[in-house]
Amino acid sequence: MSPVNDGAPLLRLQNVSKHFGPVQALTDVSLELRAGEVMALVGDNGAGKSVLIKTISGIHGPDDGEIFWEEKQVRIRTPRDAAALGIETVFQDLALCNNLDIVENMFLGRERVNGIVLDEEAMETAAAETLSSLAVTTVRSIRQPVASLSGGQRQSVAIAKSVLWNNKLVIMDEPTAALGVAQTAMVLGLVRRLADRGLAVLLVSHNMIDVFEVADRIAVLYLGKMVAVREAAEIDRQIAVDLMTTGGSTRSDSENESSEQKD
Amino acid sequence: MADSDKPAAPADSDVELSRAAARDAELALPPALAATSVGDYLRTSLARVKGGESGILPVVGGLLLISILFQALNSHFLTAGNLVNLLVQAAVFSLLAMAEVFVLILGEIDLSTGFVAGLGGAIMATLLASHGWPWWGAIAATLLACAGIGLIQGAIITAIGLPSFVVTLAGLLFWEGVLFKTLGSGGAVAINDTKINDIAAANLTPTVGWVVMLVIVGTFAAGMWRRDSKRRRSGLVAAPTGVTLMKIAGALLGGVALVLLCNANRGVLIPIQGVPYVVLLVIGVLVLWTFLLGRTKIGRYMYAIGGNAEAARRAGISLSGIRILGFTLCSMTAGVAGIVYTSRLESISTSVDGGTLVLYAVAAAVIGGTSLFGGRGNAFHGVLGGIVIASIDNGMGLLGFTAAAKDMVTAMVLLAAVTIDALARRGRTIGA
Repeated sequence: MSPVNDGAPLLRLQNVSKHFGPVQALTDVSLELRAGEVMALVGDNGAGKSVLIKTISGIHGPDDGEIFWEEKQVRIRTPRDAAALGIETVFQDLALCNNLDIVENMFLGRERVNGIVLDEEAMETAAAETLSSLAVTTVRSIRQPVASLSGGQRQSVAIAKSVLWNNKLVIMDEPTAALGVAQTAMVLGLVRRLADRGLAVLLVSHNMIDVFEVADRIAVLYLGKMVAVREAAEIDRQIAVDLMTTGGSTRSDSENESSEQKD
Repeated sequence: MADSDKPAAPADSDVELSRAAARDAELALPPALAATSVGDYLRTSLARVKGGESGILPVVGGLLLISILFQALNSHFLTAGNLVNLLVQAAVFSLLAMAEVFVLILGEIDLSTGFVAGLGGAIMATLLASHGWPWWGAIAATLLACAGIGLIQGAIITAIGLPSFVVTLAGLLFWEGVLFKTLGSGGAVAINDTKINDIAAANLTPTVGWVVMLVIVGTFAAGMWRRDSKRRRSGLVAAPTGVTLMKIAGALLGGVALVLLCNANRGVLIPIQGVPYVVLLVIGVLVLWTFLLGRTKIGRYMYAIGGNAEAARRAGISLSGIRILGFTLCSMTAGVAGIVYTSRLESISTSVDGGTLVLYAVAAAVIGGTSLFGGRGNAFHGVLGGIVIASIDNGMGLLGFTAAAKDMVTAMVLLAAVTIDALARRGRTIGA
């Protein structure tokens, strides 16, 4: 399923730990993300998923451990550091301005200008190219305000924004949480296309159906520890749920025999 | 994706392409982009009005209604003399409303603009009368001082994180105090500088009026034509040529009407004709702020902050920087209003009612179509709203109503405008 599964990892976390006061949120977490691959990050509530993605996106730095980006050790202290490396995070609340149109949102903070005048034509052309390359075709015009879009379309705009900036890693926090069936399919298709373009995708989700539909590999967090990182094809939904809820699975050793096909 | 002429969408749109969604999308689009012909443009515009995205239509309709009503009650209302007088009256309201638009877009409010305008007038008058400054120096110093006031208020609001309502309410009192102190025991300073008094009193000669109008409309037409044809060349969705021409014709028609109106002799004993300088000044400020809000990063960031401050922050926009700039531009524009106010009265005194002025300014902006909830509005709304307020004031004055009645009617118009704003907003959120 994933084209570039070998080769060096794009991002490598090594023994990353993070605590807030007495609460140990992450303990010795190690993870490798590769270009062209969708990695699902799953775990029960409070497992540390949010802390982990916030650590990668620079919202709070790790207390301990090392982060390697393209095999070079880096420090990600602020969202700006993450953005400079090419890491874009699409948070659940999307951070779009409802009163601005799609083009304005996609270029917000990074507008193209001619002198002091906004270069609307250049921005519109680039936005249109990006959206059509991702097959986001359901919006009637990219000049309509985001307020008039459906949830799935908004999610698509937020994701397309990350592509526009030539990011290498896109982190998504529950992108399908609030969506209906058709819209979920649309967003998952988009996630797949991002990976096919050679981006690394880290997808946080509660929805096992979505995870198995789109992920190449699945990383399971349990109480702040990384208990398993598996090829999606190797495990089934029941094993994943066992790992999420108990940190282990009695069935996971016999996975090869019991492997039930997804779909 | 730029397939705007096809209402239904292609292949993988098992996704919400119900009719309702298609209709919503149509309503959301600027009609100039959704339409393929002039007829289509008019139809789409009408659909938007029905859908609550009415833009400036309610206020234009309201103005027509007011004109018909007052004309029916007093045939003097629609005479050239009265209408030009009305435009001059409207100037202060329009300028103050344009000031207020900056902070309203940001989702804030500035209650101090009325007294900041008054103080601006007092600073100018004092510099002219007591210090012998030249008129241009006094104007520059006034604008600078007013900008400084906005800077201070904006800095307090952003640095401490106080509500702008409270800080500028304090400003209202404080600057009133400073105004009284500046004017001293006399309580009034007269303006003897003819240049300053001419701002509100003098007119362009009829010929110059025509030339200036043609230059302005010509620039507007050229800019619009170039933009639309550039969009067509780049293969982007653009307004049909017919719509572009229609807009240009509309602007020309408005310009011709305005100049004809102003060039009619409106004097009683001696002939008075020509476009008042102050009308030109208002148009100048309008063009400047429309450009800033619509075509530059600064304007874009103001709308973004008003729409979703958190999104703007994540996009790397300096929230406090843009907010402080908004308050600074607001107070500076109030300073322009103060200069016009002082020029009209040829003096400034402690009788300036900054409290009422600011309420009229906010009312004018909202009546014109700017949202009190942030993120929506433009300078043209301020101008339109100012004209509405001045029309009510002027028309009721002609009919012999008292200030009490005028206030009550203005209040009801404001209430109607806010209701429209709130309902439209609710419509948008539910439609989304």
